[in-house]
Amino acid sequence: MKLRINGIERDFNGDSNMPTLWYLRDELGLVGTKYGCGVGLCGACTVHVDGLAQFSCLVRMGELEGKSVTTIEGLSEDGQHPIQVAWRDQNVPQCGFCQPGQIMKAASLLKEIQKPTDQEILEGMSGNVCRCGCYERIVAAVRQASTGA
Amino acid sequence: MLRQIESFANRSPSFTDDDRKTVVLRKVGSAELNRRSVLQGLGVFVIAAQFMPTSAEAFETYPTNGLKMPNGVVNDPHIFVAIAPDGEVTIVAHRAEMGTGIRTTLPMIIADEMEADWGRVKIVQAPGDEPKYGNQDTDGSRSLRHFIQPAREIGAATRHMLEQAAAKRWGVDIDTVKALDHQVVHRKLGNRLGFGDLAHAAMSLETPARSALSFKTEQEFRYIGRGQVQIYDLHDITTGAAIYGADVNFPDTKVAVIARPPVVGAKIKSINDKKARAVPGVEKILRIPITPLGSKFKPLGGVAVVAQNTWAAMKGRDALQIEWDRGKYGTYSTKTHEKELRLVASKPGSSVRKQGDPDGALKKAATVLSYEYYQPHAAQAPMEPPTALARFKDGKIEIWAPVQSPYVARTDTAEYLGMKPEDVTVNVTLLGGAFGRKSKADFATEAAFLAKEIGGSVRVQWTRDDDIRHSYYHTTSVERIDVGLDENNKPIAWRQRSAAPSFKSTFGEDKGVQHDIEIGMGLENLPYEIANIGAEQCPAFSGTRVGWFRSVSNIQRAFSVQSATAELAVELGKDQKDFLLELIGPARILNAKACGLPGEFWNQYEPYKEFPFDTGRLSNVVKLAAERAGWGKTLPKGEGLGIAAHRSFVSYVATVIHAKVEDGTVKLPSVHVVIDCGFAANPERIRSQIEGACAFAMTTALYSGITFKDGEVQESNFHDYEMVRSDNFPFKVNTHIVPHPFSVHATGVGEPAVPPFAPALMNAIFNASGKRIRNLPIKGQLRS
Repeated sequence: MKLRINGIERDFNGDSNMPTLWYLRDELGLVGTKYGCGVGLCGACTVHVDGLAQFSCLVRMGELEGKSVTTIEGLSEDGQHPIQVAWRDQNVPQCGFCQPGQIMKAASLLKEIQKPTDQEILEGMSGNVCRCGCYERIVAAVRQASTGA
Repeated sequence: MLRQIESFANRSPSFTDDDRKTVVLRKVGSAELNRRSVLQGLGVFVIAAQFMPTSAEAFETYPTNGLKMPNGVVNDPHIFVAIAPDGEVTIVAHRAEMGTGIRTTLPMIIADEMEADWGRVKIVQAPGDEPKYGNQDTDGSRSLRHFIQPAREIGAATRHMLEQAAAKRWGVDIDTVKALDHQVVHRKLGNRLGFGDLAHAAMSLETPARSALSFKTEQEFRYIGRGQVQIYDLHDITTGAAIYGADVNFPDTKVAVIARPPVVGAKIKSINDKKARAVPGVEKILRIPITPLGSKFKPLGGVAVVAQNTWAAMKGRDALQIEWDRGKYGTYSTKTHEKELRLVASKPGSSVRKQGDPDGALKKAATVLSYEYYQPHAAQAPMEPPTALARFKDGKIEIWAPVQSPYVARTDTAEYLGMKPEDVTVNVTLLGGAFGRKSKADFATEAAFLAKEIGGSVRVQWTRDDDIRHSYYHTTSVERIDVGLDENNKPIAWRQRSAAPSFKSTFGEDKGVQHDIEIGMGLENLPYEIANIGAEQCPAFSGTRVGWFRSVSNIQRAFSVQSATAELAVELGKDQKDFLLELIGPARILNAKACGLPGEFWNQYEPYKEFPFDTGRLSNVVKLAAERAGWGKTLPKGEGLGIAAHRSFVSYVATVIHAKVEDGTVKLPSVHVVIDCGFAANPERIRSQIEGACAFAMTTALYSGITFKDGEVQESNFHDYEMVRSDNFPFKVNTHIVPHPFSVHATGVGEPAVPPFAPALMNAIFNASGKRIRNLPIKGQLRS
């Protein structure tokens, strides 16, 4: 089957039950997408499938025929996506491990809601766990990216 | 990361014979003599120094426990700094980065003191090698506390060497040149040389004597204390380029997922691996020897499924059919364990502090009030589950792993495999969170064992279930407090009994007795002005691996003492903040003998003279936190403020929480935290640690309970071991850092904001709803 990963067309003929997460990490070496729980409870593995956030640990390879997947490595050419810039401006990360997933989720959220309210940000980001507790800055960064303030 | 370390090695300056001769001449010759001539010849300079904060006065060296840690501290610039001909400065980070920012902060201090431009600094991570770099145990909130002085010395020595090299080049006296912003300048002559131009000559010099160094004044700091430097890995983190434990890979790397005994020490009765072997991609199934409880950081043992990729290894592991002989700890159950702890805490234990006559005073008291608090096990649950890659090649093991103590990982692994430490290398990746879990590198040893078995490269991946079920858990505890009041309701006796299994059980035979460290964390050093104070520990035994968890025993001590304090205030009809201050009493330095201790305070092993328990500083953070949070203001029904304070990791923290209790849930509109951690080297990262500590502590207070039944952990993932999320985190954490000059020694930051959080929350919940919670976690308790 054919699919696109970060704009590059790929052929996949392996186990169609394999979660996309392991294809990205083990076969393509796209290790920015992280394993945190394996069952869709933490969001560390968030990628975009046809532009919208999905937990790559839950999406099986078989579901991706003809689809386009974007990982953190493909979000922008040079790390200058407004969300990535805001993340740095707000000094969001501590350990940083969950941040690629948070960033992918935030980028998707802003596609769905251009100017989310704080409540919409809080609810929208609640599928992504940060054990370091960077939530306050995550909210600030999403707000900055959406309003420029 | 690999490439960085290699390029660093290549760029280190090499000595020529000529350089060596020059080095010897200059060391014996001008540098020291010049220094002496300045001090002896210019009396005015010396006198002036007493009144003006000159560089020498601004940094008076003081002892820390860093000197007594295994392999102590190292302050040699030749170990930590390299300068390339193009001026790029490479600085070694020898402590592990798990989110505190230490990988940035210590190099930042070196860079500032050596006058390097941060934009031209590159950081490389040291492998586990303590004889070379000094102690590397990144825990106990002590990296800054122990290494701020060596970091300044490294920076000052490098600057001195650069100035020496420039002075020699220009044929002038070293005192006439000055390093400034990545250059050395001679103002009168108008000469300037970049650090790159001087690199070879400067770095070929011998390290100057400590007495020859001059230090920047605080006014001259560019980065230290300013909080403007962003963490070094920020860009990489936001682009997915940062390298964590599972991100290192070699073309031939196999992945292993391990079936570990469900009960510590359980042995395999029978195994059927037919289905596992049939999983496509599974290559080998290997046994790892089972270890009993008390085996330190040795792997638990079990059955490893080695496969071509992670998915196959996971499927293979799940397909294993193993029958376990549950063994000694197969009856460990949280329900009965809790009852046992409550029972032993109701009886006298062995005394760890006896000030006055607490038992006698309690007998004589007009009123005795008793409070009991319970805390179950908790798992650190870092976002990155344990993982490590090991490669066996030419009789040597090389490991890449997210470990807090790489040298311990190295020596433990060598011992486990019967190899020499010099044949084991441990490279440190970024840590995707750790919170104490990754001080215990059992996962790295597992990888090394399997790599040696297959003669190649293996990555061990723990699943989240593995992480929750096979941690080194925060201990359980029952803390019972009996308070005696006289007929005027004045507290005359305070006796605390602690029943909590010790982490000593992880290191050997469990004697049911706590370690000095555990007693020292708030049991022996209650800072209250009460005539009769007793502290006892009651025998408690562990049924699983116990280990340290962010802020360790301070959690249950602050929870119990600060909850009881508020309960007592309510009982006596007093304001909870005022009563806390009343109990702390006048500003004084606690004296161990006067407190009725058999010896000295444990005090985080820090020399007490340098890091005393100053109750004035504790009262100060209480007052500041109350003031900033608007303590005493009127709040709507269902809302309340709660306060708590605690000294840990030699820092003082007070927390005020605003809680809103509604429909059985609690929301936190705001939190105010005041920390007094001495000199604040990186205020921006102190703030992020405080915010993080609040979220971490809120998770512990609201949700974290690891429970056992028939020796097995009942929880397995984030559905039943929940985390605070963006929709219920403390919405606004306001951090205030008490300002201090460098002379007030820097103390811990990563952990000390955790302990006061839970009691402040419980007190706020009580003030909001009238519901007093004495058993952690809260979970559904607000609904009943």
